[in-house]
Amino acid sequence: MYRNRVKRRISFQRIVQIISAVLVNGYLIGFQKGRIFTGGSKAVCVPVLNCYSCPGALGACPIGSLQTALGGMKHHFPFYVLGLLMLFGVVLGRAVCGLLCPFGLVQDLLHQIPAPKLRVPKKIDRPARYLKYGILLVFVILLPAFAVTETGVTPPYFCEYICPAGTLEGGIPLMLADPALRKLAGWLFSWKAFLLVLIVGLSVVVHRPFCRYLCPLGAFYALFNRFSFFQMHLDTGKCVGCGACEQVCPMAVEVTENICGGECIRCGKCRTACPTGAISWGFAGKTEEGFSDNRGQT
Amino acid sequence: MRSALQSKAVLILRYGLLGASVLLIAIGLARQEHLEVMQKAVRICLECIGIG
Repeated sequence: MYRNRVKRRISFQRIVQIISAVLVNGYLIGFQKGRIFTGGSKAVCVPVLNCYSCPGALGACPIGSLQTALGGMKHHFPFYVLGLLMLFGVVLGRAVCGLLCPFGLVQDLLHQIPAPKLRVPKKIDRPARYLKYGILLVFVILLPAFAVTETGVTPPYFCEYICPAGTLEGGIPLMLADPALRKLAGWLFSWKAFLLVLIVGLSVVVHRPFCRYLCPLGAFYALFNRFSFFQMHLDTGKCVGCGACEQVCPMAVEVTENICGGECIRCGKCRTACPTGAISWGFAGKTEEGFSDNRGQT
Repeated sequence: MRSALQSKAVLILRYGLLGASVLLIAIGLARQEHLEVMQKAVRICLECIGIG
């Protein structure tokens, strides 16, 4: 059994996820010293949900930056952050979630822990998926824009009360390295630690619960999935309807019916599982007919 | 199967969104919004790490 594990081939998705996680959090000395990177690259938002208070973070979190622009002293329209988010969305769509996001990688790894796996019933799963759009609208846009405090600055509500990535990547490493920060931790840290533990526990039995139900960044990119340059493609002529793709899909997408829908994170698991090679992915050409199948290149 | 009209609409939207995003970034840079992002990102965000 051990031998089999060693020999198992690491997937293309996992390789890209690991490279992305290392690139986005490349300031490794920050973990040791308990301080964050302060270089010029922090003016650029990364495409993924990655806390800018993570000691390794080399770029800014797009969701945190969006809340800062909307809720800062100036309360202005966030041209720069929105433009970057749209650019990532229109080029990659939710491939950002499936291939690049470090918190997605964490959830994928947690789901590999041997334990009974839960398939969420459709009547709960489908409506619950709209929750992430609500979080995007209320916690990331409306509250930071309109719930102004006495100081004139609104807190980043999503980051403060929900974001488990901030606790995992920022809170825990910084508090481990800095005793002074540990002393400041109170009920808010307990609440966020509870949420993190809940999501970690859920990730073991349900595949990517945070991506499915809570992530506002995933919700934003989902809006672009149908129009993005990077696309999944199903060749209906080759499809034999075996259902292998839907069995392996971590997001429980109905692949044969809605492969371009907002819930597909373009992880490529369906493509690998398809026995007839009916599923392909790649950057669409100038026409839909000119869609290029990059299967051989990846 | 997608009709030619639908494909064209997707194409227009795709390139339109690409152009709009580049335009928004350019406006943001001209307004020096990237500096605001940097100011926030180079300091430990106490709310984000759960201190508040």
